[in-house]
Amino acid sequence: MPDSLRAGLSAPAAPKINRAPSPVLAICVPWLLVMLGSLSPVLPFISASPVAPPVGFMVLVAWLQLRPGLFPVWAGLPLGLFDDLFSGQPFGSAMLLWSVVTIFLDFVEIRFPWRGFLQNWLLAAAVLAVYLLAAAVLASGAAGFALVPLQVGFAIVFYPLVGRIVGLADKLRLRSLRAIG
Amino acid sequence: MAPPSNRRPGFSRRAQYSTFVAYLIAAAGAVLGAIFLVVSHRNDGAMAGPRSAASDLTAAPATAAAATRAAGASWLDSLSGYFVSGSETARLRKEVDLARVQRVEALALREENQRLKALLQLIESDGKPVAVARLIGSTHSSTRRFATLSVGTTSGVRQGMPVRTPHGLIGRVLEVGARTGRVLLITDNESIVPVRRSTDGVAAFAIGRGDGLLQIRLVNLGVNPLKVGDALVTSGSGGLYRPGVAMAIVTKLTADGAVAQPLGNPDAAELVIVEPEWAAAAPAAATDDSPQVRAQQPQDAP
Repeated sequence: MPDSLRAGLSAPAAPKINRAPSPVLAICVPWLLVMLGSLSPVLPFISASPVAPPVGFMVLVAWLQLRPGLFPVWAGLPLGLFDDLFSGQPFGSAMLLWSVVTIFLDFVEIRFPWRGFLQNWLLAAAVLAVYLLAAAVLASGAAGFALVPLQVGFAIVFYPLVGRIVGLADKLRLRSLRAIG
Repeated sequence: MAPPSNRRPGFSRRAQYSTFVAYLIAAAGAVLGAIFLVVSHRNDGAMAGPRSAASDLTAAPATAAAATRAAGASWLDSLSGYFVSGSETARLRKEVDLARVQRVEALALREENQRLKALLQLIESDGKPVAVARLIGSTHSSTRRFATLSVGTTSGVRQGMPVRTPHGLIGRVLEVGARTGRVLLITDNESIVPVRRSTDGVAAFAIGRGDGLLQIRLVNLGVNPLKVGDALVTSGSGGLYRPGVAMAIVTKLTADGAVAQPLGNPDAAELVIVEPEWAAAAPAAATDDSPQVRAQQPQDAP
């Protein structure tokens, strides 16, 4: 018997009958996680050059791919506004780009509903590349391109990790915590 | 995978309308973002209020986290120290020998400097620091380079004040909230600092490149007098930055100037110093046509 199975059998089972996910968690966790990602400029690292991936945006894309329809199509507006407060981009850049990306991913979801990990990663890579290029143009015009390829590379490599974290959060979100009746 | 699409909700009018309205709001969000973009391009400080309020809100946890940065760095240093201590000691011995000679030379120079200044009856206006603070965050993924300062108006910090580490200038305060300030780093694309070569005063502008380096543009075109390894200090022209603050070292020559590496590393500095604006009382007319003032103070009060 494999170890994981034995551990699973011996652990006291969480009560599953007569339980439902807490609606507060189920609704709030996705929004909070994206906002937490947007708060990454508050981290105490002072970077000389802009190579860190846009964490908030990656979390948003990961949620849109994991649970299509969980965020309303207009989610880019409030979440982008929050991101603009911290990111250092000119105000409105994330509102514009996040809204466009949310609408675009909604369209992709309807047009190509069957996607695997690779297709999702490819799509996210394309979206991230376009997003970072557009953000650099909006922030500093043609002067800001020097490090964008490197930043895009980092973002693409780290995207599956963000997807994993979002998956974990999704599990937490749907834990059956609330007793019915 | 592939849950039923929620775009065609069946025959319910109500559901159809709410789907339509959701798309409408999404499109409006994009348009609103574009409008905000145009506004903030016209006037960089247009959204300074909400931004400062937001960074004030996150200041407390960020300051606490920033305090751990130095501890974390020193922990890594002590670990790596075991591996490089031998060669490091040899190198330091050599440096100390050199430094001893240079110290004597510097002392002589200082004495001479004091004598000459006394002759000219110059008064040293070595501004007392306004505040000593931590940098509690920076923009990591935007091509604009900003850092957040852990003090604001309550500590006397005002817009336009230069910020430096003991090693060199790192930027100036662009927006200031009650408890935090936003520092435009010298490596930002829109930062222009007038500099001169420390040895002979060749004048130039240091313009941020956005990737951690500075582009040096010479004021006088012609034969490029710069050499790799030249030290650049602020020249103080146009006001704002006190002259003689260490700034950068030339690392590469280009056709019309050079590329330089800034000396003040905001990440390595545990504390930074906010200095008062230099020559703030200078007549506005005299500084109006300096490119630095035009580029950096679009939102100053009239």
